[in-house]
Amino acid sequence: MTWTQDAVVRSEDERTTASPSGRTRDARRRKRPSTRWSHLVFVAPALVVYGFFVIKPLLTSVQYSFYDWNGIGASTWVGLDNYRRILGDSSQLAIVGHAFELIIFFTVVPVVLGLVAAALMHGLPQGSFATVSRTVLFIPQVIPLVAAGIVWDWVYSSDGVANQILSAIGLGGLTRPWLADFSTALPAVGLIGSWVMLGLCTLLLLTGINKIDPSLYEAARIDGANRLREFVHVTLPGLRREIGVCVTVTMIAALASFDIIYISTQGGPGRSTMVPGVEIYRLAFTQREIGQASAMAVILMVLVLVTIIPIQRFTQRTDS
Amino acid sequence: MSAPARSHLTGRAMLVLFMVLTLIPFVTLFSTALQPPGTIPTGVSWPSDPHWGNFVDAWRIANLGPLLRSSLLIVLGVVPASLFLAVLAGYGLATLRVPFSNAIFVFFVLGLTIPFESLITPLYYQMQSLGLLNSRWALILPLIALYMPFGVFWMRAHFLSVPAELTEAATIDGAGPWRALRHVHLPLAMPAMSSLAILLFLWTWNQFVLALVLVDDPLKRTMAGALGAFQGQYGTDIVLLSAGALLIMAPTVIVFVIFQRQFSRALLQGAVKG
Repeated sequence: MTWTQDAVVRSEDERTTASPSGRTRDARRRKRPSTRWSHLVFVAPALVVYGFFVIKPLLTSVQYSFYDWNGIGASTWVGLDNYRRILGDSSQLAIVGHAFELIIFFTVVPVVLGLVAAALMHGLPQGSFATVSRTVLFIPQVIPLVAAGIVWDWVYSSDGVANQILSAIGLGGLTRPWLADFSTALPAVGLIGSWVMLGLCTLLLLTGINKIDPSLYEAARIDGANRLREFVHVTLPGLRREIGVCVTVTMIAALASFDIIYISTQGGPGRSTMVPGVEIYRLAFTQREIGQASAMAVILMVLVLVTIIPIQRFTQRTDS
Repeated sequence: MSAPARSHLTGRAMLVLFMVLTLIPFVTLFSTALQPPGTIPTGVSWPSDPHWGNFVDAWRIANLGPLLRSSLLIVLGVVPASLFLAVLAGYGLATLRVPFSNAIFVFFVLGLTIPFESLITPLYYQMQSLGLLNSRWALILPLIALYMPFGVFWMRAHFLSVPAELTEAATIDGAGPWRALRHVHLPLAMPAMSSLAILLFLWTWNQFVLALVLVDDPLKRTMAGALGAFQGQYGTDIVLLSAGALLIMAPTVIVFVIFQRQFSRALLQGAVKG
């Protein structure tokens, strides 16, 4: 507030000191020589930093991916060999499959549950309950994913609360170390992602649903639509943008997952929870296969791009 | 009871369920942290004799004091610089309409889809050749760059929302682009900037993979990086690990609860814009 007042006062000062005619001439003179090229000065610093620490490493990644290199000695040009080895190896392709399987948990579960919650809560008055629920549901977004991994590692362990609850409700036969079991490790890790994303999606959709024009709902009611039809014909189209945001954010998180997996399973047992991000780390820093790691890095980048762009196109379409 | 009221009740019940699901893991962590040191507790059980001293031990073992300092240093290195660069670039792209502004903008936005893991290998060798490995600069410099796409996107969106008349008025008053930015635009950009600052603070504080790769010494890492190291070292001592994890999480959660409104707004807007 004081800032703006200050600005106004200043410009008033300038106005009184400059003579009217002088001012217009000044402005004109000032406008001409300041070609817009000189304004690139404003964008240049950001471009330079971004270019040097993001674009350059990106290009280096592509370059490394054509070589066989252990990071220390001499490197050999191998062309597309690194890509062939990944794309021709079923165990490496399974890793990409895991990333897509995680989308079910990171994206589908939170978006569907969030939609149901938002539809039911629609039009709820703002109150302390809304504030409390917003605070609680955001906590998983605020803590580091590493912490989420540690917390859930304990929940899923043999002595953890998951098995405790199962035993308590008479399903003791199902208890197991969830993250160490080949058949349950990936879904268990996926559910950590659901837990992290659920709050964000619910709150985004709640915010979005309260922005939908109430007259649309009234029209639907006058037409005699039941709640389900109302949901399909008014709520879903009205939330298209928010759904698109949820899907985009959660899909990138699923495809590029690292922290949760690294902390809770390291990609194990066996390679049942290995995902591209952790595999890049393993190849580069434990196997010393820089070329392989870089090829995987490029594949992951392409994967994210080809997954995200169609979603963006579909949901960002302007409703003219 | 009318149909909407009933659905509100179901909705509330569902939200309560979501809240319980969100909190259960923390409750079990907390009850575990209070068990006798060195034991292997099970699930949730309120200890008959809570060992609050576990938190004191964990504070000491996890070096929480130096850790907080280190994380703060990294945040101070990243956030102001990111803000400054993003404001300049966003202003240039939105208000001044520099040449090729659309191409430059797309070039930045594509960066939003780059997974950090895809860059860790080349960044490692880049930092090695710059002689910065295992220093805080190894995290600060790449993070400023990695947050640039989002920062530019965010600030450009803000400057586009400013009425053109304001800029014109400033120009007529004889203010050059710098003066107009300083005296007219910056005061108006404060809310957008503070939201961006909150997001950048959170992301920096919680950044793990870069810390893992570029900095070996947990005391020079981000909070999340240090937590990862702590788990690697004390993963078998569940009681100590739980106490340590809670302590390492505490600063963010406390700051979040205090600035709940601002955080929520930033997180929601950030998701929609991202």
